[in-house]
Amino acid sequence: MELYQKTAHELSGLLAKKEISARELTENVLAQIQKKDSELGAFITVTGERALETAQKVDELRAKGEKLGALAGIPLAVKDNICTEGILTTCASKMLADFIPPYSATVMEKLSLLPMVGKANLDEFAMGSSTQSSAFHPTRNPHDPKRVPGGSSGGPAAAVASGEAIMALGTDTGGSIRQPAAFCGVVGLKPTYGRVSRFGAVAFASSLDQVGPIARDVEDAALLLEAIAGPDALDGTVSSKAVPDFRASLKRGVRGMKIGLPKEYLALELAPALREKLAEAQRYLEAQGAKCLEVSLPRSQYAAAVYHLIASAEASSNLARFDGVRYGHRAENCPDTLTMYLQSRSEGFGPEVKLRIMLGTYALSADAYADFYQKAQKVRRLIADDFAHSFSQCDCLLLPTTSDLPPLLGQELEPRESYTADLCTVSANLAGLPALSLPSGMSEEGLPVGLQLVGNHFQEETLLKVAWTLEQCFGQVEVK
Amino acid sequence: MVITPEKTKQLAQLARLALFGDEAAEFAEQLSGILTYTQQIQSLDTEGTEPMIYPRATKTIMRDDVVVPSLSQEQALANAPQMQDGMFRVPRIIEEE
Amino acid sequence: MEYEIVIGLEVHVELKTKSKIFCSCSTAFGSEPNSQVCPFCLGMPGALPVLNQKVVEFATRASLALGCTIHTSSIFHRKNYFYPDLPAAYQISQFDQPLATEGKIALTDGNIIGVTRVHMEAEAGKSTHQGDNILAAEFSLEDFNRSGIGLIEIVSEPDIRSPQEAKEYLERLKAILEYTEVSDCKMEEGSLRCDANISLRPMGSSKLGTKAELKNLNSFRAVERALEYEVERQTQLLDRGERVVQETRNWDEAKGITSSMRSKEEAHDYRYFPEPDLLPLELERSWIEEIRITLPELPHARAARFEQEYGLPQYDAELLVGSKALANFYEETVALFSEPKEVANWVMVEVLRLLRSSEQEIQQSKLTAKGLAGLLKLVQDGTISGSVGKTVLEEMFKTGQEAGEIVEKKGLSQISDQGKLEEIIAQVLAANPKSVTDFKAGKGKAMGFLVGQVMKQTRGMANPQLTNKLLGEFLKKQ
Repeated sequence: MELYQKTAHELSGLLAKKEISARELTENVLAQIQKKDSELGAFITVTGERALETAQKVDELRAKGEKLGALAGIPLAVKDNICTEGILTTCASKMLADFIPPYSATVMEKLSLLPMVGKANLDEFAMGSSTQSSAFHPTRNPHDPKRVPGGSSGGPAAAVASGEAIMALGTDTGGSIRQPAAFCGVVGLKPTYGRVSRFGAVAFASSLDQVGPIARDVEDAALLLEAIAGPDALDGTVSSKAVPDFRASLKRGVRGMKIGLPKEYLALELAPALREKLAEAQRYLEAQGAKCLEVSLPRSQYAAAVYHLIASAEASSNLARFDGVRYGHRAENCPDTLTMYLQSRSEGFGPEVKLRIMLGTYALSADAYADFYQKAQKVRRLIADDFAHSFSQCDCLLLPTTSDLPPLLGQELEPRESYTADLCTVSANLAGLPALSLPSGMSEEGLPVGLQLVGNHFQEETLLKVAWTLEQCFGQVEVK
Repeated sequence: MVITPEKTKQLAQLARLALFGDEAAEFAEQLSGILTYTQQIQSLDTEGTEPMIYPRATKTIMRDDVVVPSLSQEQALANAPQMQDGMFRVPRIIEEE
Repeated sequence: MEYEIVIGLEVHVELKTKSKIFCSCSTAFGSEPNSQVCPFCLGMPGALPVLNQKVVEFATRASLALGCTIHTSSIFHRKNYFYPDLPAAYQISQFDQPLATEGKIALTDGNIIGVTRVHMEAEAGKSTHQGDNILAAEFSLEDFNRSGIGLIEIVSEPDIRSPQEAKEYLERLKAILEYTEVSDCKMEEGSLRCDANISLRPMGSSKLGTKAELKNLNSFRAVERALEYEVERQTQLLDRGERVVQETRNWDEAKGITSSMRSKEEAHDYRYFPEPDLLPLELERSWIEEIRITLPELPHARAARFEQEYGLPQYDAELLVGSKALANFYEETVALFSEPKEVANWVMVEVLRLLRSSEQEIQQSKLTAKGLAGLLKLVQDGTISGSVGKTVLEEMFKTGQEAGEIVEKKGLSQISDQGKLEEIIAQVLAANPKSVTDFKAGKGKAMGFLVGQVMKQTRGMANPQLTNKLLGEFLKKQ
């Protein structure tokens, strides 16, 4: 087995025992990028030299006998909407094609001993579920290059799935970590809102965004989550709750646990492979001593509508700062500021971004505010209440991550199909709940199938424990 | 729910986006489609329900009044499209008519 | 047609916390442009606001001083609009759940002006227009040092009934805020700004007329003048049966007129929505009470005490409490020289005159309470006359020296030696026989002339009371 095919926890052991060096591991991964990325397109910027410098540093520290964290020296891909000091951070947009931030996101500061191999591709400004709206190039699914890797964290998921990184950081606003993780056959975790600092992660929808891990297996995801979680003086929405050792309870088993199956989600039109895997998961968990029961989340059907209104409203405000004044794209030869704004923003943003900005502008406008934005926030509370109620009956929920298998590149989804797909993931963001997508084997066509677990606030340990148990059933998806 | 091309142009202007060619009509159609879909929430009874702005019930965290030096002038201006005398330069400021 | 004037004022006050409201950048004035900035106050991607507790404290203090109700729950909103000095293209402010509401400021004429609300918000950056005129400039330069400084906005009820009342409201507001030490309140430095709304309505009507909003008012006097101009302008329009247009008007200080900035109703849709990056502000009642307890004695209360304790008339008391530093100066002087009325006269007339002409505030001047007390003692014990005292005071103001030093150096001691005075009086009478005759003929002015002559000869140093007495005696004998 090649180094790039191994999990981080396995590699961590080898590094600690000095059986391998961080440098050779990083070189191994960089070689994989060299080999694959011209086809896959997972990266916008490859930062090989820097990665090797970090690897070098890690090896030197270890040689000196310094005690290093479990993830020191593990090659990491970072979604390109997370700011990295001195390194291009584009959000896959022409608007920021030349933007080099003079600061790093807090999560990056916490991962300073992980060699960052590159900035990974995404849908422009994280708006999308296929990575096709990137202004630079699409990313392909490593399991079938004719298909999408999902989005918006398609680049990070594809990188981890193809050995172009051992682990990655993504962001999730309406499913953008979980859905690409499902499509690429890797683990993706959206933490509880307020578990991880958002400082330096370019805001899409402030009350929905979270930064989270994308990894080979559940234990890796637990390791990365622990490394990035915790309070931050630069983000007032992060909880001061202590960060537990997320690995500690992984293997405790699910005996006596209650797993809720939300009937409204199971009633959706789902691809047959998904249904099969859900049933298999249910059987396995029961065999392991858990009890599965049907629960109801009555207002589930409204989640996509609520999400689109709130996310686009917040986004329309968050993206207003891209005006050509202080950084980013400024159109040429503009005689006045009004022209400068209109031209710069029209040239800098792609059509999907413009659509969502206008949608959000409408939702917040004086005439529409009460019936659209404010109404959506009220229904949001009802949806959150449904979840809270369900957690009085069970410890976590099992449901599909998405409704179908990865579509072909260039294939336009019917609005109805995309809303149905959205429904599966957006509600966790609306309620601020932690949610994880776990690979559960392959479909007949050889495409990865993902299952989702949603837990109560700050119950990532519960999710990880159930996920680890299911992982014993489904195994990991191999990195080719 | 119908958003007309006229209304689309107004929204675009408010958001400082210029629309060219058929864009107003195209976006109008897409916006109408999405908003029609979202209108289903109108049918829900939300009497007595408070809007949910924050995903978790919690109160603000404040910081002490301490100065922490941050960016140098050079760093602040490093990405500036145009600058002069240590300041960001913009063309003549006019507001919407 | 008689019109009632209806004025409301919106005042923005910069709070003098060390760091900004939502980030830890310094608020210090006068630094190199864009050297006190961070990703947040520059509106860079991924940056987030974190609320400065001191700003909340100062805002609460100011609101309590204005008699407001403090709301234990309030939230922040985003006010969305595009302007080059607004880095995120939205201002974080408070909309329908502000920190404080329902305060008041009492004016001397008895009119009580309601304070509708006080809320917190962030300052924008500073634009400098090429050629200093935004309308003719080819470009503008943006400095974001100021961006993010904590502000409170104080909105009055439309209870103000004249431009003069408006000016007084501002003076009182400034005094109250100065007393709480939350701001420097200097219009000339930009730490206090005022926009005015004015409309007219037929006397007796309760329906509000159409208002004009006035901007670019750079001093309290400008506020008064601009409002006076508007009263004229709107009166003329209404008398002619024309409508007043609801618009924003720019005050031109040089020309003394207001002119329209925008020709139609503001089409600004600010799309206010609750700021998702700042969680709700929850204040403990006990914390608010602690701040209330530490409020200093406010101008109104202090003036009342001055009337009581020092037996001063209302006018004097009100004048002395106008600035906290001045009131402190007064009380410190009285503590050292216990003639409150005497001290009051000297402070209100001479000291204020000198401050005005040197454009200083009392705390900036070289004159101390100890110094003034010392001077007044010299006048009281007759070492110098009152009028010489005024000269000495000027000198003290300039040099910071003690009164005694100056009197000695310049040999300004009063001549109170009776013998010496009698000598000089005799000389003066001898030299002015006509005046003596005039006096005996009943011309009272002659006395004054003769006193003047004594003063002239003694270079003003003759003790006036003694001179008058002796001269009177001499003339009787003539």
